[in-house]
Amino acid sequence: MDTFGLLGQGLLAALQWQNLIYAFIGVTLGTAVGVLPGIGPALTVALLLPVTYKLDAAGSLIMFAGIYYGGMYGGSTTSILLNTPGESASIVTALEGNKMARKGRGGPALATSAIGSFVAGLIATLALAFIAPFVVKFALMFGPADYFALMVLAFITVSAAFGDSALRGVTALFIGLGLGIIGIDLQTGQARLAFGIPDLLDGIEVTTLAVALFAIGETLMIASTSGSIKDEILAVKGSVWMTLEDWKRSWAPWLRGTLIGFPIGAMPAGGAEIGTFFSYAAERQLTKHPEEFGEGAIEGVAGPEAANNASAAGTLVPLLTLGLPTSATAAIMLAGFQQFGLQPGPLLFTNNASLVWALIASLLVANFMLVVLNLPLIGLWVKLLAIPKPWLYGGILVFATLGTLGANGAMSGNLLGIRFSFELMMLLAFGILGYLLRRFGYPIAPVVIGLILGPMAEQQLRRALAISQGDLGILVHSPIAIVLYTLAAAAVLIPLWFRLRGQGAVLGQLASDED
Amino acid sequence: MTTGSPNLSRRPDGAALVIAAILAIIAGVIIWQMSLMRVPPVQQRIGPTVFPYVIAGGLVLLSLGTLVSALRGSFPARDKGSFTPMLWIVAGLVTQILLLSTAGFAIATGLLFAFTAKGFGRGPLWQTIPIGILFSLIVWFIFARGLQLSLPAGPLERLLP
Repeated sequence: MDTFGLLGQGLLAALQWQNLIYAFIGVTLGTAVGVLPGIGPALTVALLLPVTYKLDAAGSLIMFAGIYYGGMYGGSTTSILLNTPGESASIVTALEGNKMARKGRGGPALATSAIGSFVAGLIATLALAFIAPFVVKFALMFGPADYFALMVLAFITVSAAFGDSALRGVTALFIGLGLGIIGIDLQTGQARLAFGIPDLLDGIEVTTLAVALFAIGETLMIASTSGSIKDEILAVKGSVWMTLEDWKRSWAPWLRGTLIGFPIGAMPAGGAEIGTFFSYAAERQLTKHPEEFGEGAIEGVAGPEAANNASAAGTLVPLLTLGLPTSATAAIMLAGFQQFGLQPGPLLFTNNASLVWALIASLLVANFMLVVLNLPLIGLWVKLLAIPKPWLYGGILVFATLGTLGANGAMSGNLLGIRFSFELMMLLAFGILGYLLRRFGYPIAPVVIGLILGPMAEQQLRRALAISQGDLGILVHSPIAIVLYTLAAAAVLIPLWFRLRGQGAVLGQLASDED
Repeated sequence: MTTGSPNLSRRPDGAALVIAAILAIIAGVIIWQMSLMRVPPVQQRIGPTVFPYVIAGGLVLLSLGTLVSALRGSFPARDKGSFTPMLWIVAGLVTQILLLSTAGFAIATGLLFAFTAKGFGRGPLWQTIPIGILFSLIVWFIFARGLQLSLPAGPLERLLP
């Protein structure tokens, strides 16, 4: 089959020594940053974006692949040893994994999570390679109205379907959409909501917003509540290796988790956490050791971790083939592509085939590197976890401002004769916004996705309406669009039902397990 | 992450009322700005103002929803935050912004580092500021020299080869 040839070529490119070095730097930095408490994969990718600025497109994307997978691995280490998940997708891992660590079985918990992530990453990346060409063929049939419907579906799943309040999710999305209007309108060249400020004409940078919301917002939040939260890092006692019994209990959950996680990630829907919840619920049902659940069952780590990684690889399907980011991490990766003038979507596969396949191949390479790197280096990652908070957050802010300056550091502002960076000013403002969003229980990811996807949705909408000369009927004219809108309706209704039953139970479990 | 345990006291939530008002104000600003734009008649139907009007409409609805939610007190309960640490961090960021162009990356960012550490209870500043400046200088060297990122240089950076 053709895919084999393309993937093979990609592998040859990824295995060139300098690309291997890029991938190695990527996974190391990704894991090191991802392991820091409070830093999830999205922030890892956003913080490390500046490192890739000066590389060529291929090298940069390969390093990116490493950072992405490394950040995922790092996040699970944090949640097992610290019980403060750096990312919402690790909540379930923290649940059982932390209990295992408390019982002195932190080593096997980390091992099953690392090997499970490897298995899931391997299968899911291969699945990505084989599914992507089909999706691309399908996507080439999409008209502007279909794309618009697809984005509506993504908006709804990202904001309303998951999370604990549809109202707050949609509000967060609309804040992002509103920020997306700012700047020069691409089709008419007119400035919108720029208030005469030249820096706003280019619009708001996705990376600035993401770094501000995740890094500054989180730092402010932790600072304002730090008295009340106690962190306890659990030492990894005993053997890191899994016993035969552990292996026996882990392999099936890994595969089931992959099977659950990948399709959920690959759908144009948001939220890796939903896959982990499904997987956790499935393992709880199927286990032969129900009494261990909630007390540190290895299945409860193996399944959700695999699901988490599989859906992370899955989100690359809509991102690469449709140009549709469905998670904050994917939104930042899209911004990373755009910095090289690359627009993910079906055309990327035809115009930049070698680049795309090198990227997919380097995901496989990164996955191998991680499983080799991760287990022997657990001691080092644990040391990183132990960095005292003042230094940790001081360092996070240094790198957050460094990245913003590196991307757009023009000293274009002027206050009483002092020149300052307007971009840093925005970083501060959005950081305060990020704090307020957290404080009042608004999700962050929809803001980022709204900012990057809003202008794209507007473009497709206006293209569709230009074709139909203003007739709104075109929006529901094609069968594809009708199917997508039906899915969007289902994405609102099914979780509503689900929330009343399955997930509610898991969330209830979460609440009762807190000590 | 905040999990959704509702505010048990069923009184109107003042902060949530403010959020509702802010959302309405943003919608108002968008509508006001769009009404100022001159759109050529050809683009009346599908011009650059349509999408912003849709978003503004959505924000109005969300503002009403937030209002209802605020009156029913169904926002998640919040801990009382302490604001002094936050002020240190914000002060650090403002200091950095103001000093960057004259004092350079290391001094400005070193102060940000020290102020943030202070916000998390680590002092005294006369110890943390030198640590921060040294750390930032190393970071500057790696990124500006090693990775060719354009970062503002000041007196300290010029001392480096």
